[in-house]
Amino acid sequence: MKYNILNKTKVDQFLEEVGKKCAVWGPKKDADQVAFDSIKDAKEMHLDGYMNTSMSPKNLFFPQSETMLYFNKSGEDANIYREVEKKPAAKAVFGIRPCDGAAFALLDKIFKNDQYTDTYWFEKRDAATLIGLGCNNPCSTCFCTSVNSHPFDEKGLDVLASDLGDRYLLKILTDKGAKLLDGVTSLDDAKDADISGQEALSKKASDSITARLSQDRIKEKSVLELYNADCWSRIQESCLNCGTCTFVCPTCHCFDIQDELFRDGGVRIRNWDSCMSWLFTIHATGHNPRPSRKERVRQRFMHKFKYIPVKRDGDIGCVGCGRCVNLCPVNIDIREVVQEMNASK
Amino acid sequence: MQKRTEKIKEIAKRLLEEKKVDLVLGHRKGSIVLKNAPYFAYTPQEADRLIWDGNCRNNPANFLIPYKDNRVAIVAQGCVSRNVVGLISENQVKRENLYIIGVPCLGMLSPEKVAAASPGNITEIKEDNEKVVITTNGSSVTQAREALIRDNCTQCTHRNPVLYDELVAETVKEQDIPDRYAYLSEIEKLSPEERAGYIDNVFKNCIRCYACRDACPICYCPECFVDKFSPQWCGKSIDSTDVLSYHLIRAFHTAGRCTECGACEDACPMGIKVRMITSKPEKDVKENYEGYEAWLSLEAKPPLLTFKLDDPQPFIK
Repeated sequence: MKYNILNKTKVDQFLEEVGKKCAVWGPKKDADQVAFDSIKDAKEMHLDGYMNTSMSPKNLFFPQSETMLYFNKSGEDANIYREVEKKPAAKAVFGIRPCDGAAFALLDKIFKNDQYTDTYWFEKRDAATLIGLGCNNPCSTCFCTSVNSHPFDEKGLDVLASDLGDRYLLKILTDKGAKLLDGVTSLDDAKDADISGQEALSKKASDSITARLSQDRIKEKSVLELYNADCWSRIQESCLNCGTCTFVCPTCHCFDIQDELFRDGGVRIRNWDSCMSWLFTIHATGHNPRPSRKERVRQRFMHKFKYIPVKRDGDIGCVGCGRCVNLCPVNIDIREVVQEMNASK
Repeated sequence: MQKRTEKIKEIAKRLLEEKKVDLVLGHRKGSIVLKNAPYFAYTPQEADRLIWDGNCRNNPANFLIPYKDNRVAIVAQGCVSRNVVGLISENQVKRENLYIIGVPCLGMLSPEKVAAASPGNITEIKEDNEKVVITTNGSSVTQAREALIRDNCTQCTHRNPVLYDELVAETVKEQDIPDRYAYLSEIEKLSPEERAGYIDNVFKNCIRCYACRDACPICYCPECFVDKFSPQWCGKSIDSTDVLSYHLIRAFHTAGRCTECGACEDACPMGIKVRMITSKPEKDVKENYEGYEAWLSLEAKPPLLTFKLDDPQPFIK
């Protein structure tokens, strides 16, 4: 495993060198929102007090609205749907948090199976090199260590950066990561003390996460036992059935395909969709298999903590980023829900 | 604050013990700082979890309709009581099924203002009627409550419940605000183009999760126009035309009905100031209909739900 040191005084030079290879993106702050955006200058990066982006970074590869096909009403190919040309520019993204990297790793599996590969996801995913940033100080709402992840998780990332105070330790994780850093002169060699320093930081960070979500009984119980559990009727009481939790979630990946017509043509677009909405499951007949709040609330938690684990060999559909904990308008706290699922009769 | 909590619990327990109501709808302490949750107490034991403090920003009236055939007690300050009046007036719930536990209100805290006043990550908030003590890792600051309450609460002129069965505290003095829509005047001065730009900017981060609609007690249509699909009325993407169609049409539907409870802004995960457009139709109704403000009594006729033969109708040519 190859390590490098990036001295914080050389971040400008580093970004310039990487910027010659591809576009550079990092966390930027606009009013109260922190989001990934292209970076021209190191000063634009919001790293001082950076916890995580407000929304998950899934929109880098899975935009909320994405045009898939288009047609014109006149011309040679009138009224024929054409594919939108897909050639996303290569980019290096600095500052992805490990939970979100783990979410990308999960979505890589979901957007590809033996029959189908979602090219819309992978064209952008493959063109990006992700430099993750380990979490020295996890938030009070973080629970990554309870869901197969870690404040210094390497899954889904190409390079993992660890903040050692005056310098970053960069651990190269993939060939793509190695290629990005190859020949970059602003990097120095790492010493053994840097690597052991990173290990100590990693342990301290994971120890600081106090949430412990027991899932032993969720694992033992059958899908139907959990589905019919008594806990759902109280959990759903206050749910607004808004889309906040699903839209801010780094692993929620459902979408809805829509055709839109304009005066001169039209587009086929896919938009994020949310299982919290009654519209998500309504049939053309008018029948709705998830007719009430309860079925919709149950679906989201069952999907993350039972259906995905059953289908994907123990993977969990949640990475513990805590965004929904912070942003749910009615404080439905996924950590509490999992405990209730686990304790349910 | 503590006294209000104790009194709410006492009333709720009594109502549940005497089986006067099936459930009490109020607030409980949330799992994270600066956040409470709506709470449904069915037993006297559960009533012990009810709470009143500056984080009761959800509007419990939003949850009444599914329980319209139950006997429900609801914890209601000024704005929430007005929403209850609205739901009764619009025939969504029945007065005789409700027991309104009225709370004279001192305004709810603005999480943004509290965060801005805090030197670090907040671990605890303590408050009384005058002060808020914000504790962070290792330090604490004390601020006047007035400086930390939400914008809609600073502009509120109906802190006391307008309809109640029992009050949990002495009524509070209503705020004397000469022009409660002063914040709109800057926007009203803008040219149509500038105003369009302003509105675009307010909603540029909207993700169309509809939390504002779903947290709103007057947005109770069984099928919202944005969810109509046969035919579809509104595009689904985050194209600004569709985003604004949603927000502007929703704002028109709140005209003369919005109580400025602020639940929409509190629910928004993107921090959008939704009230910057819902306040305008409310102001227009007040100016054009003899000072009408939404749902101050069961007797007042809402202007937009009333028809008079001698109404001026210059738009009919």
